[in-house]
Amino acid sequence: MPSALPLGLPAPDDGLLPPDAADGADGRDFCLYVHIPFCAVRCGYCDFNTYTATELGGGASQDAYAGSVLAEIGLGARVLESSGLPARPLSTVFFGGGTPTLLPAEDLASILRAARSTWGFAPDAEVTTEANPDSVTPESLRILRDAGFTRVSFGMQSAVPHVLAVLDRTHAPERVPQAVQWARDAGLNVSLDLIYGTPGESLEDWRTTLATALSYGPDHISAYALIIEDGTRLASRIRRGQVPPIDDDDHADKYALAEEMLTADGLHWYEVSNWARTPADACRHNLAYWRGSDWWGAGPGAHSHVGGTRWWNVKHPRPYADALGAGRSPAAGREILSAGDRYVEDVMLRVRLREGLPTQSLTSTGRRAVAGLIADGLVDPAAAFAGRVVLTLHGRLLADAVVRRLLPD
Amino acid sequence: MSPMARTAPVPAATDPAIIRNFCIIAHIDHGKSTLADRMLQLTGAVEQRDMKAQYLDRMDIERERGITIKSQAVRLPWEVDGTAYALNMIDTPGHVDFTYEVSRSLAACEGAILLVDAAQGIEAQTLANLYLAMENNLTIIPVLNKIDLPAAQPEKYAAELASLIGGEPEDVLKVSGKTGMGVEALMDKIVRDLPAPTGNPDAPARAMIFDSVYDTYRGVVTYVRVVDGKLSPRERIQMMSTRASHELLEIGVSSPEPKPSKGLGVGEVGYLITGVKDVRQSKVGDTVTNLAKPAAESLGGYQDPKPMVFSGLYPLDGTDYPVLRDALAKFTLNDAALVYEPETSAALGFGFRVGFLGLLHLEITRERLEREYNLDLISTAPNVEYEVTLEDRRTLKVTNPSEYPVGKIAEVREPMVSATILAPSEFVGAIMELCQQRRGVLGGMDYLSEDRVEIRYRLPLAEIVFDFFDLLKSKTRGYGSLDWKADGDQVSDLVKVDILLQGEQVDAFSAITHREKAYAYGVMMTGKLRELIPRQQFEVPIQAAIGARIIARESIRAIRKDVLAKCYGGDITRKRKLLEKQKEGKKRMKMVGRVEVPQEAFIAALSSDESKDKAKK
Repeated sequence: MPSALPLGLPAPDDGLLPPDAADGADGRDFCLYVHIPFCAVRCGYCDFNTYTATELGGGASQDAYAGSVLAEIGLGARVLESSGLPARPLSTVFFGGGTPTLLPAEDLASILRAARSTWGFAPDAEVTTEANPDSVTPESLRILRDAGFTRVSFGMQSAVPHVLAVLDRTHAPERVPQAVQWARDAGLNVSLDLIYGTPGESLEDWRTTLATALSYGPDHISAYALIIEDGTRLASRIRRGQVPPIDDDDHADKYALAEEMLTADGLHWYEVSNWARTPADACRHNLAYWRGSDWWGAGPGAHSHVGGTRWWNVKHPRPYADALGAGRSPAAGREILSAGDRYVEDVMLRVRLREGLPTQSLTSTGRRAVAGLIADGLVDPAAAFAGRVVLTLHGRLLADAVVRRLLPD
Repeated sequence: MSPMARTAPVPAATDPAIIRNFCIIAHIDHGKSTLADRMLQLTGAVEQRDMKAQYLDRMDIERERGITIKSQAVRLPWEVDGTAYALNMIDTPGHVDFTYEVSRSLAACEGAILLVDAAQGIEAQTLANLYLAMENNLTIIPVLNKIDLPAAQPEKYAAELASLIGGEPEDVLKVSGKTGMGVEALMDKIVRDLPAPTGNPDAPARAMIFDSVYDTYRGVVTYVRVVDGKLSPRERIQMMSTRASHELLEIGVSSPEPKPSKGLGVGEVGYLITGVKDVRQSKVGDTVTNLAKPAAESLGGYQDPKPMVFSGLYPLDGTDYPVLRDALAKFTLNDAALVYEPETSAALGFGFRVGFLGLLHLEITRERLEREYNLDLISTAPNVEYEVTLEDRRTLKVTNPSEYPVGKIAEVREPMVSATILAPSEFVGAIMELCQQRRGVLGGMDYLSEDRVEIRYRLPLAEIVFDFFDLLKSKTRGYGSLDWKADGDQVSDLVKVDILLQGEQVDAFSAITHREKAYAYGVMMTGKLRELIPRQQFEVPIQAAIGARIIARESIRAIRKDVLAKCYGGDITRKRKLLEKQKEGKKRMKMVGRVEVPQEAFIAALSSDESKDKAKK
């Protein structure tokens, strides 16, 4: 989650949603995202909403943070009910950050318990936490498993020390296999996050990282091209010429290598940057974002989406805690998506998925563009013939260009 | 002696013996407008409280750029030895593109003040205008201005002026328009040295038009100098070149605000209003006579303005086309030299091919269109008018490379100019090198003084319309100055170079060049475009070609990655807004076949790197 909030409409203090947010809600999954805005150190490439101080004061300190999230879950339940939304059990829960595992496992467990007692869990609910390889122990992972977590996603990023150094990652690479093993022992499904295209990373470095990650036998891998965000330390180091700039062609080569090696190892892409060992190993929480489901985002800076209304909380933990302490919604702003906006988002997000976009959901402009996209090798012809727009490997690398061609001018 | 005349002579009843008609020949920045301001104040023509800097320069753009585009005449009262005189100061355009208008202003005068900055010396155009004045037998009063400046070198430049006009350095007046020093003495000298106008008061009326200006409220205001006879209000006048007749609704003098009079007599200078709405009905250089008692012969010297430089003007936003059309129509009311016709470019859409007197005329017109009508314009590379003879002996005029005929060409003639360059002598080598590169032929060289030289070249006009002046300035560290005039045409070995993007010809980038320079143009333009056009989803070859023969080639590699790696819950709004922005950006792209070319690429490719101020001189 990038730290800069969008510009939107003011959000009401009571958090109430417009009446049509409830339309069709019964047919949509309902999910929860919990943002944990703390890290041991801030990495040079990261522009997420996260803080390294342990003591931000009031309900914003790490100690008191779980209490503020519990308050927001309570608010969320009241808001959804008062806005006419039906009671729906949580299909998925995702703890992201920041570094969620920087909080005591017991805090994460108590938040999850509160969510379960408030909304209940669907029978096969998926519950994930992000984790740093060096912020877990066999004990903490067991506590999480016992509380209902099913999945852990480790920020491995790279197996190559000089690459980790440019990213300011502090964990020792050898901690990763250990953490993966502990998670397996605790009965958790394991995903690894990787970053490619870091300045100074060679294609061989990336091959090493992929091979190393695969040797740990993960159920799922997310591989992200490094994005240089404005205002980060890495951006200013590049500007000053201290590290070389990133290069799109290098990213393309590395993406192709990832696809090749991950596929050879038996993983399958299901979204542009995500590969799973079996369909059941795909991250259903993230799929919910791409399929336009409803989710409540708790925590400072977190975004929520319910039936075409999207809102985002104030960014800093202190005013976040203050609003909840005073019984107000911590939302900083919101947008009510028009039918056109929802169409744009639908095309933009679903085209990233292996399952693709149903051709009949496209407007005539979109349908007319498909033939050209096939001719340019961006869209799979067989899938298109079967009524879905599915990207080829070439198309995945140019997905944003495909989206622009599918949408009306 | 009391300089300000107690009783000013009355227009229409002024004895020619007490009239003095003069103009000021000066280079831009040499202080002509400031000197005129002082004269207006000193003679009481403008009250102190109404005074503003550069009073006579009416358009904002004139004040800002410090150049006078249109001339005007002011009648100033001045007394010498107890006699009140009427002095007519005729302002002349001070830049290279308006030589003909300058010549008409000079023809309306008996004398000229040669005004030169005492810190800079004479410049090429001033010299050209001085020669023009001497050819017209004008009495020249040499004056050094800005003598209050610490950098002034009055002795050096007085000697230069004296040698140019054949006098003594002591005869050169030294003034400061800024402080007013020496201006009274100058006024006295005008009265004493300049001849009074002569003419036949009983002959049929003949008056020469030296300027005509469109005024929103009054229609065309025509400035004339009466040579013979008399013009009176309410009579019918006739333009001798067109035989068109008009009623004289108003006649008067500018002092400097318009003041109606009972008419204008021999030697007098003033304005006419007939109610016409277009300056083309009141042409500079034409002779006005009385319809009932017409003169047998015109005063002569009339020429139609001839556009020399052509450029396509296109609105960046295609929906602005009607605004541009209306703006050009209004501009031509006041600018007889401006010609235009609609033109379509595959790359740029709908626009106009516009003919100008020169590059400065183009720059000023474009800047005014953008400013006064809030337009964003692309102007294509300036072209000259080629005369192409086909093998079947048909000839056609080509002002746009896209009209250049394919094959079967017998010969091509291109317009030539004779150029005069003045510069410190240390730069002679650099200037000759530049002119040689531009296919110039040396006509001669003279030393104006020990260290200043006048170099004359005959050059193809096409070689000086793009970046010649910039290069001249940079090669002479800013000291070089240029004047040029049309000088016939010549047969040249010219070819058209086309630029192709992915095999599609982009008309806006085609150029007509000398065969020996075609390769350099092709390499330059393909290289520029490779930098300016963003990578596309496919490889884009860029080629330069003469006919079917490729002479240069570059290619833009295909973009390989255009996807945001992460797009989760908190990224969606930002991503959607980015997408909308990209879509909006795409609207500013011009499609060439399947290639998206940003507007900026057209602008950057069509402008030389230093083109912005090139025409200012």
